Amino acid sequence: MAEANTAVSEQNVPFAGAGTAETVQLMVTVNGVDRIFDAEPRTTLAEALRGTLGLTGTKIACDRGSCCACTVLRDGLPVCSCMMLAIEANGHSITTIEGLAAPTALHPVQTAFIEHDALQCGFCTPGLVMSCAALLEHNANPDQEAILDAISGHFCRCGTYPHVMTATLAAAAKMRGDDNG
Amino acid sequence: MAESEASRTATFAVGLASTGLDEVERQIPRDEPPPLPPNAELAVIGKSVPRQDAFAKVTGAALFTVDINLPGMLHGRILRSPLPHARLRALDLAAAARHPGVRAVLPVAQPGDSLRYFGVPVAGVAAVSAQAAEEALALIHAGFEALPFVVDLDKAREPDAPPVHDSTSAPPGNSSGFPAPAGLPLNGNVRGPALMQRGDVARGFAEAEVIVEGAYSTKVQTHCCLEPHAIVADWREDGLTVFMSTQFTAGVRHELAEAFGLPLARVRVIAGAIGGGFGSKSSLGNYGRIAVGLSRAAKAPVRIVLERQEEQMDAGNRPATWQSLRLGARKDGTLSAISLLSYGTAGVTLGAGVGGIAAALYTCPNFESAQYDVFINAAPGCAMRGPGNTPGAFGLEQAIDELAGRLALDPLALRDRIDPSPVRREERRIGAARIGWQRRHAPGAESGPVKRGLGVAQSLWPANVQTTAACEVRIMRNGSVEVLSSVQDIGTGTGTVMAQTVAEVLGLRAQDITVRIGDTDFPPGPPSYGSRATASITPPARVAAWRVLQTLFQEAAPFLGVAPEALIAHGGRILVANNPGRFMLFGDATARLHTGKISAAATRSDDYGGFRRRMPDAALALQDLGGVQFAAVAVDTETGIIRVERVVAVQDCGRPLNPKQIESQVHGGVLMGLSYALFEERLLDQHTGRMVNPDLEQYKLARPREVPDIEVVVLEEYRGQSATDAYGIAEPANIATAPAIANAVYNAIGVRLCALPMTPAAVLAALGKIPRRGELP
Repeated sequence: MAEANTAVSEQNVPFAGAGTAETVQLMVTVNGVDRIFDAEPRTTLAEALRGTLGLTGTKIACDRGSCCACTVLRDGLPVCSCMMLAIEANGHSITTIEGLAAPTALHPVQTAFIEHDALQCGFCTPGLVMSCAALLEHNANPDQEAILDAISGHFCRCGTYPHVMTATLAAAAKMRGDDNG
Repeated sequence: MAESEASRTATFAVGLASTGLDEVERQIPRDEPPPLPPNAELAVIGKSVPRQDAFAKVTGAALFTVDINLPGMLHGRILRSPLPHARLRALDLAAAARHPGVRAVLPVAQPGDSLRYFGVPVAGVAAVSAQAAEEALALIHAGFEALPFVVDLDKAREPDAPPVHDSTSAPPGNSSGFPAPAGLPLNGNVRGPALMQRGDVARGFAEAEVIVEGAYSTKVQTHCCLEPHAIVADWREDGLTVFMSTQFTAGVRHELAEAFGLPLARVRVIAGAIGGGFGSKSSLGNYGRIAVGLSRAAKAPVRIVLERQEEQMDAGNRPATWQSLRLGARKDGTLSAISLLSYGTAGVTLGAGVGGIAAALYTCPNFESAQYDVFINAAPGCAMRGPGNTPGAFGLEQAIDELAGRLALDPLALRDRIDPSPVRREERRIGAARIGWQRRHAPGAESGPVKRGLGVAQSLWPANVQTTAACEVRIMRNGSVEVLSSVQDIGTGTGTVMAQTVAEVLGLRAQDITVRIGDTDFPPGPPSYGSRATASITPPARVAAWRVLQTLFQEAAPFLGVAPEALIAHGGRILVANNPGRFMLFGDATARLHTGKISAAATRSDDYGGFRRRMPDAALALQDLGGVQFAAVAVDTETGIIRVERVVAVQDCGRPLNPKQIESQVHGGVLMGLSYALFEERLLDQHTGRMVNPDLEQYKLARPREVPDIEVVVLEEYRGQSATDAYGIAEPANIATAPAIANAVYNAIGVRLCALPMTPAAVLAALGKIPRRGELP
């Protein structure tokens, strides 16, 4: 998952402003809204989202890219936000769990997670939802192997994986419109 | 027992729904509802309604303790001992206190104190940011005198091993039920034995026609909750409020009142969403005390969230065990004697036994066990999903498998002979058919490098109840309904089954019930441990709902022109039982209430028919919970890699309230057991005493790619013992998995692996292809 973002070419977006001596000012499109905020260079994207921007739906569980609980989308691709500095999001578009649903309806993956009980304690759930939603953006008809690929870096101690699998297959079917119940 | 003013006779359906129900008469309290019919006759209970908190959890709206951000909140961090055994010589917090961002410092240890494990807290700081707190830690001057230490179970048992405790520092006993009672002798680092005995074991072995012996060992497993241990403590002049990721709000409230000398009424504990516990979040913990102390000193709210490294090093763990088992049997399989000896370590504390499963699972007149705790310089263990019985089953169920082999009996046929439980007999029958047991071959019979095998193991867990568990149900004039208790939902779906229970009584849908839990301002609920929550809280939820419904019937009866006793609640209506055409909508009935709301509370009454044993605030029910699990594995004898291909888990938990949630929880139990079997091991460096894999990367765990095909079958068993007859599933679902896999591995390769984890290296060593661990090539 972390590799995905290295493939994205860095657009040379100038920093939005000077910030203070210790901070830089960043401009990040978060859930479709341009957000300008100051961050210390050492601040991770996960910390900025949860702290400065108050978007606590993104969870930090291992803080070193080995559980994927903190997964968000950068320009549509899943990344571990604990392994990315906030300044690396400057000029990019970030989608968090709070921004996944349409204004009037949940994303089909979210609905399927509810219907298939693909969550227990719920702490790893936002990350899993983001990875599965990102998969379906790029692969409308994933098989089990494709879903395993998409979630293989995630860790869930409650053991929701089997239901995550059925939920994601069901969401894909619904999005294709061949949901026959 | 005869009827009295307090009780009346009621007839319950009992038995397994799948094989036919009988009836039993029991005395039940007059102020409790009539027996709840079997699930087939119910509208909401027994249905897989969605979790009441699912929407919040899939949208990121659910607030966990780590998400709480109070105005003026400070960030706490803990300085920890860098040595596995040391005497604190100096502690100077002055420079840290002068850091511009720091608002409070707190010594936790005093100069002269012994620090008995790597990572034990020494001091705490609270600062305006996490970074400032981290910087302040570096400004603390602490001097440590290194002392001799031991972090290995076997070395700690040697007579000249460095002592971990002296007679004054050793914990006096462990009340949590994993044999370590108070008052046992301490000899070096070895404490015990805790003894159990029945019959005449010497005679039993003398009468035995076959004797099998084996030694089994298990390693330390860490809980790895996704949400770290976390607390936000807010100390104010008028009282203390604590937000905490805890399995027991009511218990933590008591701990806080006692630790800080506060009236119970001035302490409030709130647990919103909780990111898992598995036993490790059962009490206040050292970090909790530190946060409260810092908040008191700083006069501001303080948040402490453990980092993953701290989680792995000092947030509880499942103790390591070694056990030796000896079974004596007749040629027909009948057991004549069982002898068990165990040594386990929970680090600096007690509770490393292998449980009571060897004493209880099979009929055997002669039994003895001697269980020892061994202290080492390592962080304290604590309960973890099926404490005691999980390592215990790893030994016992392999020994039974071994016995079956020696007797040339099918392992299921042997169990049919020696297992008195009719429930497990049915579970074996169902599971054998689902896994295709008839295709099981002789051990190691397959040719080729990848060998497949089938194995079975059983689980046993005493059903238990929190007798203080209480709950309130409110009906508002506008028709809305609330159920309130301090019970918390750690991810098991407690809130959902409470809503289902109340909805069933009131004739509503589960989503019509607002669940307000995880707050000690509400009636005290049970802990979420020991597979206890469902059995404890759903009966009072049903009783409270039934009581408040009687009040509603009183008020509605005049409008329907009948006596209150003639009314029932069903399908969103209050209707006349023998004339369903006469009804009021539920909301029309509540609109006629004289007050803004009506309410009733209930506390868990004793199981109808009584308990097996009472403990303070809790009791053991008459029955055990359990299940039978089957595993199909493929073992690559060239790489040593074990692949679990399929697991069939047939479980029982009394009345299943929400089949989908139960299936989810059984998945979790199986996967935690699989992970325990194949991967997990806390590694302590023998030279520094520190954990070398304190993360989620080098600490190996089962991930999505290791997940087998898991089939879950849950029996519907009725015993007529409470208002809901529902019990838990968490621990029973975990206990049998590792031994089922081990037995399947034996069936595959014909060599028994007696130590966890069953890594590729362990497999290759067992096959004689590489040296064993610790052996020179």
